[in-house]
Amino acid sequence: MTAVSQPVAIRAYLRLELRRMLRDRRTVLFSLLVPPAVFLWAGTSAENRATEIAPGTNLTASLLVSVALYGALLTATSGGAGVAVERAQGWTRQLRLTPLAPWAYVQAKVLASMVLGAGSVLVTFAAGAFAGARMPVSAWVLCALAAWAGSLVFAAFGLLMGYLLPTDGVLKYLNLILTALAFAGGLFLPFSDGTPMAALSRVMPTFGLAELARAPLGGGSLEVVAVVNIVAWAAIFLAGAAWRFRTDTARV
Amino acid sequence: MTPTSSYAIEARGLAKEFRGAGGTVRAVDGLDLAVRPGEVVAFLGPNGAGKTTTVDLVLGLAAPTSGTVRVFGKEPARAIADGQVAAVMQTGGLLRDITVGESVELTAALFGRTSPAGPFLERAGIADLADRPVGKCSGGQQQRLRFAMALVSEPDLLLLDEPTTGMDVRGRRDFWTAIRHDAEAGRTVVFATHYLQEAESYADRVVLISRGRLVADGTVAEVKALAGSGSLEDVFLDLTEEPATPAEGGTR
Repeated sequence: MTAVSQPVAIRAYLRLELRRMLRDRRTVLFSLLVPPAVFLWAGTSAENRATEIAPGTNLTASLLVSVALYGALLTATSGGAGVAVERAQGWTRQLRLTPLAPWAYVQAKVLASMVLGAGSVLVTFAAGAFAGARMPVSAWVLCALAAWAGSLVFAAFGLLMGYLLPTDGVLKYLNLILTALAFAGGLFLPFSDGTPMAALSRVMPTFGLAELARAPLGGGSLEVVAVVNIVAWAAIFLAGAAWRFRTDTARV
Repeated sequence: MTPTSSYAIEARGLAKEFRGAGGTVRAVDGLDLAVRPGEVVAFLGPNGAGKTTTVDLVLGLAAPTSGTVRVFGKEPARAIADGQVAAVMQTGGLLRDITVGESVELTAALFGRTSPAGPFLERAGIADLADRPVGKCSGGQQQRLRFAMALVSEPDLLLLDEPTTGMDVRGRRDFWTAIRHDAEAGRTVVFATHYLQEAESYADRVVLISRGRLVADGTVAEVKALAGSGSLEDVFLDLTEEPATPAEGGTR
């Protein structure tokens, strides 16, 4: 009798998953290179650096946090969507022939993408530190943590979308959808209060996380609407993903 | 503790229905089957006869609509977790971006074993391919990789679902040499196949099903005697019918 504990199996799986991600050029590109590049290109003009948005904080810092969040969301989303891609390849079926529980597999995939997401946020923040972003030390730490932890919501989003979208080219679609959601939620450029777009942006799943990640910049206050947004979308994505996942494992 | 059974596989009144657009299809229809430890059994039947569904039921990948199936007296999922049963599926179930060696090592790790991949690759006859990415392997090499992965838990029962479909003559020969070599240790082997020659050459016993029902069961000689000509092909054609709905044919 072999009684294999799930933590041991998850660790083994996690190790392989991290190796795979670092070998995959597309993943490395979108997680570790694109976010700092976008930041350096869009956020570091002399004007942005000179614009104070809070004491000791410039606009470059705010743009840095936004782009870092975007990178973390991208990484978490593709991590979640990977489950459906591998399901289509019959891999989850093969795993059913091992002691690894289906939920443990999903956990390992999400954990791995969160590790990569942490790398993505760190690389982007390092670029920010060298390229003139200014904010208090506490904000450097809290913004990075908020962007990283918040991206977990989008791991569930990726998991759900992976099940709903055709698996061929699902990552390409998700990159587009995510970029659209980022703009619509005011992640890159917040909309001016009172405009119809500002009202619309508040129901986007990216809005709450953007507000959360940037909250430490303005002294830490977070509107109720942002909290409600995060909790609601997290619940929707998690419930949806759990529902698809359960139907799926019952069938295969 | 589950009582130990003297059978490797014991199915009683096993039935599986699928509900589809065209109504309910009874893929497996009251199958009674007992396989003793150490037997090498060929599982024959036309497309859509219920071979793959039966394999899925024995592996616990599908739940029976009615009836029971036990593997060494246990629930199939339990037998899988205990490493007593393994399978070589016809297609899929491999990650194309990892190497042959990594695939086997991961499987071993998921079973809580730290054994190196080498000996398993050797037994499957692919020791020289350890560093090759799975996606660069031929169909026959991938099939021997599935076999190597199935060996990792040292299963008492090995299920092969049309393992040589699409292989060329040499690939088939190499594959069966590896299987036969390994079965000498007393492993129970059940294989579904379309190649009657494989049944004649490698099986102790032939089980023929049609429309989800058992239509012949015995040693190769016994089953052959059912047709006046003494040819397995004639027995096959006499006792099986075209599936009622051609759409259900295939391997799902």
